[in-house]
Amino acid sequence: MAKKNYAFYPGCSSQKGASASNFVPSIEVMCDKLDIQLNEIPDWNCCSASIGYGEGSQLSRLVLNARNLALVEQNMPGQDLVSGCPACWLATRETAEKLNEVDSLMADTNEALKEAGLSFKGTVKARHLVEVLIEDVGYDAMKAPVVKPLEGLKIAGYVGCQTNRPFGIAGESFENPQYLDKMIETVGAEAATGYEQKITCCGGALAFSEPEKSQKQIKDIVESAYDHGADMIVTPCQLCQANVEIYQSEINKKKGTNLTMPVVYYSQLMTVAYGGNAKQAGLDGNVLRPQKLLDIASK
Amino acid sequence: MSELNQKAVALYGNNFLKEVTERVEDGEWVSMCMQCGVCAGSCPLGPHWEHSPQKIFRMIMAGKRDEVLTSDSMWMCTSCYSCIVRCPRKLPITHIMHGLAHYANRLDVAPKGQPTRELARVFWNNLIKTGRVNELKFSLAVYFKDGFSQGIKNLLSMQVIALGLMKAKRLNPMEIIGGHKCKDVGGIQKMLAKAQEIEARRQIS
Repeated sequence: MAKKNYAFYPGCSSQKGASASNFVPSIEVMCDKLDIQLNEIPDWNCCSASIGYGEGSQLSRLVLNARNLALVEQNMPGQDLVSGCPACWLATRETAEKLNEVDSLMADTNEALKEAGLSFKGTVKARHLVEVLIEDVGYDAMKAPVVKPLEGLKIAGYVGCQTNRPFGIAGESFENPQYLDKMIETVGAEAATGYEQKITCCGGALAFSEPEKSQKQIKDIVESAYDHGADMIVTPCQLCQANVEIYQSEINKKKGTNLTMPVVYYSQLMTVAYGGNAKQAGLDGNVLRPQKLLDIASK
Repeated sequence: MSELNQKAVALYGNNFLKEVTERVEDGEWVSMCMQCGVCAGSCPLGPHWEHSPQKIFRMIMAGKRDEVLTSDSMWMCTSCYSCIVRCPRKLPITHIMHGLAHYANRLDVAPKGQPTRELARVFWNNLIKTGRVNELKFSLAVYFKDGFSQGIKNLLSMQVIALGLMKAKRLNPMEIIGGHKCKDVGGIQKMLAKAQEIEARRQIS
Protein backbone atom coordinates (compact mmCIF):
# COMPACT_ATOMS: atom_id res chain seq x y z
CA MET A 1 0.00 0.00 0.00
CA ALA A 2 1.26 3.44 -0.87
CA LYS A 3 2.10 5.56 2.14
CA LYS A 4 -0.04 8.60 2.88
CA ASN A 5 2.08 11.75 3.10
CA TYR A 6 1.62 14.53 5.64
CA ALA A 7 3.54 17.70 6.54
CA PHE A 8 4.52 17.05 10.14
CA TYR A 9 4.63 19.81 12.74
CA PRO A 10 6.28 18.26 15.82
CA GLY A 11 6.17 21.36 18.04
CA CYS A 12 8.64 22.58 20.65
CA SER A 13 7.88 20.02 23.36
CA SER A 14 8.65 17.12 20.99
CA GLN A 15 12.20 18.22 20.24
CA LYS A 16 15.14 16.15 21.45
CA GLY A 17 15.60 16.55 25.19
CA ALA A 18 12.29 18.42 25.62
CA SER A 19 9.36 17.47 27.86
CA ALA A 20 7.57 15.30 25.28
CA SER A 21 10.62 13.93 23.50
CA ASN A 22 9.56 10.36 24.34
CA PHE A 23 6.35 10.87 22.33
CA VAL A 24 8.33 10.90 19.08
CA PRO A 25 9.75 7.35 18.87
CA SER A 26 6.30 5.87 19.51
CA ILE A 27 4.75 8.04 16.77
CA GLU A 28 7.39 6.83 14.35
CA VAL A 29 6.69 3.14 14.98
CA MET A 30 2.93 3.67 14.98
CA CYS A 31 2.94 5.63 11.71
CA ASP A 32 5.27 3.17 10.03
CA LYS A 33 2.91 0.29 10.82
CA LEU A 34 -0.08 2.28 9.57
CA ASP A 35 1.55 3.44 6.29
CA ILE A 36 1.59 7.05 7.39
CA GLN A 37 4.56 9.07 6.16
CA LEU A 38 5.25 12.15 8.30
CA ASN A 39 7.54 14.67 6.58
CA GLU A 40 8.86 17.28 9.00
CA ILE A 41 8.13 20.88 7.96
CA PRO A 42 11.48 22.51 7.17
CA ASP A 43 12.44 25.09 9.82
CA TRP A 44 9.01 25.17 11.53
CA ASN A 45 8.57 27.63 14.42
CA CYS A 46 6.63 27.80 17.70
CA CYS A 47 2.83 28.32 17.47
CA SER A 48 2.96 30.63 20.55
CA ALA A 49 0.90 28.03 22.48
CA SER A 50 -2.03 28.82 24.77
CA ILE A 51 -0.18 31.44 26.77
CA GLY A 52 1.33 33.53 23.96
CA TYR A 53 -1.68 35.87 23.93
CA GLY A 54 -0.62 37.81 27.04
CA GLU A 55 2.37 39.49 25.47
CA GLY A 56 2.02 38.55 21.78
CA SER A 57 -0.46 40.59 19.75
CA GLN A 58 -3.11 38.98 17.56
CA LEU A 59 -1.25 39.71 14.34
CA SER A 60 2.09 38.50 15.75
CA ARG A 61 0.50 35.19 16.69
CA LEU A 62 -1.28 34.85 13.35
CA VAL A 63 1.98 35.55 11.52
CA LEU A 64 3.90 32.95 13.52
CA ASN A 65 1.35 30.27 12.64
CA ALA A 66 0.98 31.48 9.07
CA ARG A 67 4.72 31.01 8.58
CA ASN A 68 4.34 27.27 9.22
CA LEU A 69 1.30 27.07 6.95
CA ALA A 70 3.17 28.99 4.24
CA LEU A 71 6.17 26.67 4.52
CA VAL A 72 3.85 23.72 3.87
CA GLU A 73 2.00 25.45 1.04
CA GLN A 74 5.25 26.31 -0.74
CA ASN A 75 7.39 23.26 -0.02
CA MET A 76 4.92 20.42 0.49
CA PRO A 77 2.01 21.05 -1.89
CA GLY A 78 -1.03 18.85 -1.40
CA GLN A 79 -0.06 17.70 2.08
CA ASP A 80 -2.15 18.45 5.16
CA LEU A 81 -0.28 20.00 8.07
CA VAL A 82 -0.45 17.44 10.89
CA SER A 83 0.55 17.95 14.51
CA GLY A 84 0.55 15.53 17.40
CA CYS A 85 0.33 18.46 19.81
CA PRO A 86 -3.16 19.84 20.55
CA ALA A 87 -1.86 23.38 21.19
CA CYS A 88 0.08 23.45 17.89
CA TRP A 89 -2.93 22.08 16.04
CA LEU A 90 -5.37 24.46 17.67
CA ALA A 91 -3.26 27.58 17.05
CA THR A 92 -2.54 26.59 13.44
CA ARG A 93 -6.12 25.68 12.64
CA GLU A 94 -7.48 28.83 14.29
CA THR A 95 -5.05 30.85 12.18
CA ALA A 96 -5.94 29.12 8.91
CA GLU A 97 -9.66 29.64 9.57
CA LYS A 98 -9.30 33.26 10.70
CA LEU A 99 -7.17 34.23 7.70
CA ASN A 100 -9.59 32.64 5.27
CA GLU A 101 -12.46 34.41 7.00
CA VAL A 102 -11.06 37.95 7.38
CA ASP A 103 -9.50 39.42 4.23
CA SER A 104 -7.80 42.32 6.02
CA LEU A 105 -6.00 39.93 8.40
CA MET A 106 -4.88 37.81 5.45
CA ALA A 107 -3.49 40.92 3.76
CA ASP A 108 -1.71 42.11 6.93
CA THR A 109 -0.31 38.62 7.53
CA ASN A 110 1.07 38.41 4.03
CA GLU A 111 2.63 41.85 4.34
CA ALA A 112 4.53 40.60 7.41
CA LEU A 113 5.33 37.15 5.92
CA LYS A 114 7.04 38.87 3.01
CA GLU A 115 9.79 39.92 5.42
CA ALA A 116 10.63 36.22 5.80
CA GLY A 117 10.36 35.64 2.05
CA LEU A 118 7.04 33.81 2.31
CA SER A 119 3.40 34.18 1.32
CA PHE A 120 0.24 32.27 2.23
CA LYS A 121 -2.81 31.73 0.01
CA GLY A 122 -4.87 29.83 2.57
CA THR A 123 -4.94 26.40 0.96
CA VAL A 124 -3.41 24.29 3.76
CA LYS A 125 -5.56 22.34 6.19
CA ALA A 126 -4.31 21.92 9.78
CA ARG A 127 -5.13 18.57 11.35
CA HIS A 128 -4.43 16.61 14.51
CA LEU A 129 -2.66 13.27 14.28
CA VAL A 130 -5.62 11.62 16.00
CA GLU A 131 -7.87 12.90 13.18
CA VAL A 132 -5.56 11.24 10.67
CA LEU A 133 -5.77 7.96 12.60
CA ILE A 134 -9.55 8.00 12.91
CA GLU A 135 -10.55 9.56 9.58
CA ASP A 136 -7.83 8.44 7.16
CA VAL A 137 -6.79 5.14 8.74
CA GLY A 138 -9.84 3.97 10.70
CA TYR A 139 -10.25 1.66 13.71
CA ASP A 140 -10.11 -1.57 11.71
CA ALA A 141 -6.82 -0.66 10.08
CA MET A 142 -5.49 0.49 13.47
CA LYS A 143 -6.29 -2.96 14.80
CA ALA A 144 -4.71 -4.90 11.94
CA PRO A 145 -1.03 -4.61 13.03
CA VAL A 146 -1.75 -5.68 16.65
CA VAL A 147 0.47 -8.66 17.53
CA LYS A 148 0.44 -8.26 21.30
CA PRO A 149 -3.07 -7.32 22.46
CA LEU A 150 -2.81 -5.39 25.72
CA GLU A 151 -4.88 -7.96 27.59
CA GLY A 152 -5.36 -7.47 31.30
CA LEU A 153 -4.70 -3.73 31.17
CA LYS A 154 -7.40 -1.36 32.35
CA ILE A 155 -6.84 2.17 31.10
CA ALA A 156 -8.45 5.51 31.88
CA GLY A 157 -8.76 7.51 28.67
CA TYR A 158 -7.96 11.10 29.56
CA VAL A 159 -8.83 13.26 26.54
CA GLY A 160 -8.22 16.61 28.27
CA CYS A 161 -9.11 19.95 26.73
CA GLN A 162 -7.59 21.03 23.49
CA THR A 163 -7.79 17.78 21.51
CA ASN A 164 -11.47 17.96 22.35
CA ARG A 165 -12.35 21.67 22.32
CA PRO A 166 -13.10 23.96 20.55
CA PHE A 167 -12.71 21.81 17.42
CA GLY A 168 -12.56 18.23 18.64
CA ILE A 169 -12.79 15.15 16.48
CA ALA A 170 -15.64 15.22 13.96
CA GLY A 171 -18.72 13.36 15.13
CA GLU A 172 -17.58 13.20 18.77
CA SER A 173 -19.29 15.00 21.64
CA PHE A 174 -17.47 17.70 23.59
CA GLU A 175 -18.80 16.40 26.89
CA ASN A 176 -18.18 12.68 26.52
CA PRO A 177 -16.00 11.83 23.52
CA GLN A 178 -15.66 8.11 22.85
CA TYR A 179 -12.70 7.84 20.49
CA LEU A 180 -9.95 7.39 23.05
CA ASP A 181 -11.84 4.55 24.73
CA LYS A 182 -12.33 2.99 21.29
CA MET A 183 -8.61 3.28 20.58
CA ILE A 184 -7.84 1.61 23.94
CA GLU A 185 -10.13 -1.27 23.00
CA THR A 186 -8.66 -1.44 19.50
CA VAL A 187 -5.30 -2.44 20.99
CA GLY A 188 -6.90 -5.08 23.20
CA ALA A 189 -7.00 -3.26 26.55
CA GLU A 190 -10.05 -2.51 28.67
CA ALA A 191 -11.26 1.11 28.81
CA ALA A 192 -12.34 2.47 32.19
CA THR A 193 -15.57 3.65 30.62
CA GLY A 194 -17.00 5.37 33.69
CA TYR A 195 -13.93 7.61 34.11
CA GLU A 196 -15.60 10.93 34.83
CA GLN A 197 -12.49 13.13 34.66
CA LYS A 198 -12.10 12.41 30.94
CA ILE A 199 -12.34 16.06 29.84
CA THR A 200 -11.21 17.85 33.02
CA CYS A 201 -8.60 20.56 32.57
CA CYS A 202 -5.15 19.81 34.06
CA GLY A 203 -4.44 23.52 34.43
CA GLY A 204 -2.45 23.75 31.21
CA ALA A 205 0.25 26.42 31.31
CA LEU A 206 -1.10 27.57 34.67
CA ALA A 207 0.55 24.53 36.25
CA PHE A 208 3.56 26.88 36.32
CA SER A 209 1.90 30.09 37.46
CA GLU A 210 -0.91 28.73 39.64
CA PRO A 211 0.51 25.44 40.95
CA GLU A 212 -1.95 24.97 43.83
CA LYS A 213 -5.01 25.43 41.63
CA SER A 214 -3.66 23.20 38.87
CA GLN A 215 -2.57 20.47 41.27
CA LYS A 216 -6.11 20.30 42.62
CA GLN A 217 -7.28 19.55 39.07
CA ILE A 218 -4.53 16.95 38.60
CA LYS A 219 -5.37 15.26 41.91
CA ASP A 220 -8.99 14.81 40.76
CA ILE A 221 -7.86 13.44 37.39
CA VAL A 222 -5.52 10.87 38.98
CA GLU A 223 -7.72 9.84 41.91
CA SER A 224 -10.65 9.14 39.62
CA ALA A 225 -8.43 6.82 37.57
CA TYR A 226 -7.66 4.91 40.80
CA ASP A 227 -11.36 4.83 41.71
CA HIS A 228 -12.11 3.15 38.40
CA GLY A 229 -9.42 0.52 38.91
CA ALA A 230 -7.22 1.80 36.08
CA ASP A 231 -3.61 0.61 35.75
CA MET A 232 -2.66 3.76 33.91
CA ILE A 233 -3.96 6.90 32.24
CA VAL A 234 -3.62 7.42 28.49
CA THR A 235 -3.76 10.83 26.83
CA PRO A 236 -3.34 12.41 23.38
CA CYS A 237 -1.89 15.66 24.83
CA GLN A 238 1.74 16.46 25.65
CA LEU A 239 0.96 19.07 28.28
CA CYS A 240 -1.68 16.84 29.93
CA GLN A 241 0.86 14.00 29.97
CA ALA A 242 3.56 16.10 31.59
CA ASN A 243 1.34 17.90 34.10
CA VAL A 244 -0.61 14.84 35.21
CA GLU A 245 2.50 12.67 35.49
CA ILE A 246 5.17 14.87 37.03
CA TYR A 247 3.16 16.76 39.65
CA GLN A 248 1.92 13.61 41.39
CA SER A 249 5.06 13.66 43.59
CA GLU A 250 4.33 17.28 44.57
CA ILE A 251 0.73 16.43 45.45
CA ASN A 252 1.94 13.50 47.55
CA LYS A 253 4.32 15.80 49.41
CA LYS A 254 1.65 18.41 50.12
CA LYS A 255 -1.42 16.26 50.63
CA GLY A 256 0.05 13.06 52.05
CA THR A 257 -1.35 11.00 49.20
CA ASN A 258 0.46 8.13 47.54
CA LEU A 259 -0.21 8.74 43.86
CA THR A 260 1.97 6.87 41.37
CA MET A 261 -0.39 6.51 38.42
CA PRO A 262 1.52 6.14 35.11
CA VAL A 263 0.45 8.44 32.29
CA VAL A 264 1.21 7.33 28.71
CA TYR A 265 0.43 8.44 25.16
CA TYR A 266 -1.96 6.49 22.90
CA SER A 267 0.97 6.02 20.52
CA GLN A 268 2.93 4.25 23.27
CA LEU A 269 0.05 1.78 23.73
CA MET A 270 -0.11 1.20 19.98
CA THR A 271 3.64 0.76 19.60
CA VAL A 272 3.70 -1.94 22.29
CA ALA A 273 0.61 -3.63 20.83
CA TYR A 274 2.27 -3.55 17.39
CA GLY A 275 5.26 -5.45 18.80
CA GLY A 276 7.61 -2.56 19.60
CA ASN A 277 9.98 -2.77 22.56
CA ALA A 278 10.10 -0.40 25.54
CA LYS A 279 12.65 1.91 23.91
CA GLN A 280 10.73 2.11 20.63
CA ALA A 281 7.64 3.01 22.64
CA GLY A 282 9.55 5.74 24.49
CA LEU A 283 8.68 4.07 27.81
CA ASP A 284 12.16 4.91 29.10
CA GLY A 285 10.92 8.51 29.06
CA ASN A 286 8.09 7.97 31.51
CA VAL A 287 8.84 9.29 34.99
CA LEU A 288 6.27 6.96 36.59
CA ARG A 289 6.96 3.49 35.20
CA PRO A 290 3.97 1.91 33.45
CA GLN A 291 4.99 -1.53 34.75
CA LYS A 292 2.23 -3.59 33.17
CA LEU A 293 2.89 -2.07 29.76
CA LEU A 294 6.64 -2.64 30.20
CA ASP A 295 5.92 -6.30 31.04
CA ILE A 296 3.98 -6.77 27.79
CA ALA A 297 6.67 -4.94 25.80
CA SER A 298 9.39 -7.27 27.11
CA LYS A 299 7.40 -10.49 26.54
CA MET B 1 -1.07 56.06 33.42
CA SER B 2 0.58 54.80 30.23
CA GLU B 3 0.39 57.00 27.16
CA LEU B 4 -1.67 54.44 25.28
CA ASN B 5 -4.13 54.24 28.17
CA GLN B 6 -4.50 58.03 28.32
CA LYS B 7 -5.23 58.13 24.60
CA ALA B 8 -7.84 55.40 24.92
CA VAL B 9 -9.58 57.21 27.77
CA ALA B 10 -9.55 60.47 25.81
CA LEU B 11 -10.96 58.80 22.73
CA TYR B 12 -13.68 56.61 24.25
CA GLY B 13 -14.60 58.43 27.46
CA ASN B 14 -17.32 56.46 29.22
CA ASN B 15 -18.13 54.26 26.25
CA PHE B 16 -16.11 51.23 27.29
CA LEU B 17 -18.27 48.84 25.25
CA LYS B 18 -17.28 50.74 22.11
CA GLU B 19 -13.63 50.63 23.15
CA VAL B 20 -13.77 46.86 23.68
CA THR B 21 -15.68 46.36 20.44
CA GLU B 22 -13.09 48.26 18.43
CA ARG B 23 -9.84 47.51 20.27
CA VAL B 24 -10.09 44.03 21.79
CA GLU B 25 -9.69 40.81 19.79
CA ASP B 26 -13.20 39.40 19.22
CA GLY B 27 -14.54 42.24 21.41
CA GLU B 28 -17.41 42.86 18.98
CA TRP B 29 -19.05 39.73 20.40
CA VAL B 30 -19.42 41.06 23.95
CA SER B 31 -22.77 42.75 23.35
CA MET B 32 -24.20 39.37 22.26
CA CYS B 33 -23.96 37.96 25.82
CA MET B 34 -27.40 37.18 27.27
CA GLN B 35 -26.13 36.63 30.84
CA CYS B 36 -27.09 32.96 31.15
CA GLY B 37 -24.03 32.13 33.26
CA VAL B 38 -23.09 28.82 31.63
CA CYS B 39 -19.52 30.10 31.15
CA ALA B 40 -19.27 30.92 34.85
CA GLY B 41 -20.28 27.38 35.78
CA SER B 42 -17.98 25.77 33.23
CA CYS B 43 -14.66 27.33 34.21
CA PRO B 44 -12.22 24.98 35.97
CA LEU B 45 -10.71 27.92 37.85
CA GLY B 46 -14.12 29.44 38.56
CA PRO B 47 -13.84 29.30 42.36
CA HIS B 48 -10.63 31.32 42.30
CA TRP B 49 -11.27 34.38 40.23
CA GLU B 50 -12.76 37.75 40.96
CA HIS B 51 -15.31 37.91 38.13
CA SER B 52 -16.73 35.25 35.81
CA PRO B 53 -16.78 35.95 32.04
CA GLN B 54 -20.52 36.59 32.43
CA LYS B 55 -19.81 39.31 35.00
CA ILE B 56 -16.94 40.75 32.96
CA PHE B 57 -19.22 41.09 29.93
CA ARG B 58 -21.93 42.81 31.99
CA MET B 59 -19.34 45.12 33.54
CA ILE B 60 -18.12 46.07 30.06
CA MET B 61 -21.67 47.00 29.07
CA ALA B 62 -22.01 49.00 32.30
CA GLY B 63 -18.81 50.94 31.52
CA LYS B 64 -16.77 49.59 34.46
CA ARG B 65 -13.50 50.18 32.65
CA ASP B 66 -11.02 50.18 35.56
CA GLU B 67 -12.65 47.22 37.29
CA VAL B 68 -12.53 45.11 34.12
CA LEU B 69 -9.01 45.96 33.01
CA THR B 70 -7.52 45.50 36.48
CA SER B 71 -9.40 42.27 37.18
CA ASP B 72 -7.34 39.10 37.66
CA SER B 73 -10.08 37.05 35.97
CA MET B 74 -8.74 36.99 32.43
CA TRP B 75 -5.40 35.77 33.77
CA MET B 76 -7.04 32.69 35.29
CA CYS B 77 -7.94 31.31 31.86
CA THR B 78 -6.36 27.88 31.31
CA SER B 79 -7.50 27.88 27.65
CA CYS B 80 -9.63 24.78 28.23
CA TYR B 81 -12.31 26.12 25.85
CA SER B 82 -15.21 24.75 27.95
CA CYS B 83 -16.93 28.14 27.91
CA ILE B 84 -16.64 28.39 24.12
CA VAL B 85 -18.28 25.06 23.34
CA ARG B 86 -21.06 25.53 25.91
CA CYS B 87 -22.07 29.12 25.15
CA PRO B 88 -25.60 28.96 23.69
CA ARG B 89 -24.91 32.08 21.64
CA LYS B 90 -21.55 30.77 20.41
CA LEU B 91 -19.52 33.67 21.76
CA PRO B 92 -15.78 32.96 21.42
CA ILE B 93 -15.46 33.54 25.18
CA THR B 94 -11.93 32.13 25.55
CA HIS B 95 -10.69 34.44 22.80
CA ILE B 96 -12.45 37.46 24.28
CA MET B 97 -10.85 36.78 27.67
CA HIS B 98 -7.45 36.41 25.99
CA GLY B 99 -8.10 39.63 24.07
CA LEU B 100 -9.01 41.52 27.26
CA ALA B 101 -5.92 40.18 29.03
CA HIS B 102 -3.72 41.26 26.13
CA TYR B 103 -5.34 44.70 25.99
CA ALA B 104 -4.97 45.27 29.74
CA ASN B 105 -1.34 44.16 29.50
CA ARG B 106 -0.65 46.45 26.56
CA LEU B 107 -2.17 49.45 28.35
CA ASP B 108 -0.17 48.38 31.39
CA VAL B 109 -3.18 48.38 33.70
CA ALA B 110 -3.29 44.62 34.28
CA PRO B 111 -2.49 43.60 37.88
CA LYS B 112 1.23 43.96 38.57
CA GLY B 113 3.04 40.73 39.38
CA GLN B 114 0.00 38.60 38.47
CA PRO B 115 1.73 35.21 38.06
CA THR B 116 0.14 34.20 34.75
CA ARG B 117 0.76 37.66 33.30
CA GLU B 118 4.43 37.26 34.22
CA LEU B 119 4.47 33.72 32.83
CA ALA B 120 2.99 34.91 29.54
CA ARG B 121 5.63 37.61 29.23
CA VAL B 122 8.50 35.21 29.92
CA PHE B 123 7.08 32.65 27.50
CA TRP B 124 6.70 35.10 24.63
CA ASN B 125 10.16 36.59 25.10
CA ASN B 126 11.60 33.09 25.18
CA LEU B 127 9.96 31.93 21.96
CA ILE B 128 10.66 35.01 19.82
CA LYS B 129 14.37 34.84 20.61
CA THR B 130 14.99 31.70 18.53
CA GLY B 131 11.59 30.90 17.01
CA ARG B 132 11.19 27.91 19.33
CA VAL B 133 10.60 27.51 23.05
CA ASN B 134 13.63 26.63 25.12
CA GLU B 135 11.98 24.80 28.02
CA LEU B 136 15.02 24.95 30.30
CA LYS B 137 15.55 28.69 29.95
CA PHE B 138 11.78 29.23 30.18
CA SER B 139 11.53 27.29 33.47
CA LEU B 140 14.57 29.04 34.94
CA ALA B 141 13.21 32.46 33.96
CA VAL B 142 9.90 31.63 35.66
CA TYR B 143 11.59 30.43 38.86
CA PHE B 144 13.98 33.37 39.01
CA LYS B 145 11.48 36.13 38.15
CA ASP B 146 11.30 37.28 41.80
CA GLY B 147 15.05 37.47 42.32
CA PHE B 148 17.96 35.17 42.96
CA SER B 149 17.24 33.85 46.45
CA GLN B 150 13.57 33.15 45.69
CA GLY B 151 14.76 31.46 42.49
CA ILE B 152 17.04 29.11 44.40
CA LYS B 153 14.17 28.29 46.79
CA ASN B 154 11.90 27.58 43.84
CA LEU B 155 14.54 25.40 42.22
CA LEU B 156 15.12 23.39 45.39
CA SER B 157 11.40 22.79 45.80
CA MET B 158 11.26 21.47 42.23
CA GLN B 159 14.42 19.38 42.29
CA VAL B 160 12.70 15.98 42.52
CA ILE B 161 10.65 16.79 39.41
CA ALA B 162 13.62 18.26 37.53
CA LEU B 163 15.87 15.27 38.29
CA GLY B 164 13.12 12.87 37.26
CA LEU B 165 12.73 14.65 33.93
CA MET B 166 16.49 14.77 33.35
CA LYS B 167 16.78 11.05 34.04
CA ALA B 168 13.97 10.45 31.53
CA LYS B 169 15.84 12.67 29.01
CA ARG B 170 12.97 15.16 28.96
CA LEU B 171 14.95 18.07 30.38
CA ASN B 172 18.35 18.76 28.88
CA PRO B 173 20.74 20.87 30.99
CA MET B 174 22.77 21.57 27.83
CA GLU B 175 19.89 23.68 26.51
CA ILE B 176 21.31 26.49 28.65
CA ILE B 177 23.99 27.01 26.01
CA GLY B 178 22.29 27.56 22.67
CA GLY B 179 19.68 24.85 22.32
CA HIS B 180 17.08 24.30 19.62
CA LYS B 181 16.36 27.16 17.25
CA CYS B 182 15.00 28.03 13.81
CA LYS B 183 17.50 28.55 11.01
CA ASP B 184 15.76 31.68 9.79
CA VAL B 185 15.61 33.47 13.14
CA GLY B 186 16.41 36.71 11.31
CA GLY B 187 13.42 36.34 8.99
CA ILE B 188 11.12 35.49 11.89
CA GLN B 189 12.18 38.55 13.84
CA LYS B 190 11.79 40.84 10.83
CA MET B 191 8.34 39.36 10.20
CA LEU B 192 7.30 39.98 13.83
CA ALA B 193 8.66 43.54 13.72
CA LYS B 194 6.58 44.16 10.60
CA ALA B 195 3.48 42.76 12.36
CA GLN B 196 4.05 45.25 15.19
CA GLU B 197 4.50 48.07 12.71
CA ILE B 198 1.22 47.19 10.95
CA GLU B 199 -0.65 47.06 14.26
CA ALA B 200 0.84 50.39 15.36
CA ARG B 201 -0.58 51.92 12.17
CA ARG B 202 -4.04 50.83 13.24
CA GLN B 203 -3.74 51.91 16.85
CA ILE B 204 -5.02 55.09 18.40
CA SER B 205 -2.93 57.94 17.08
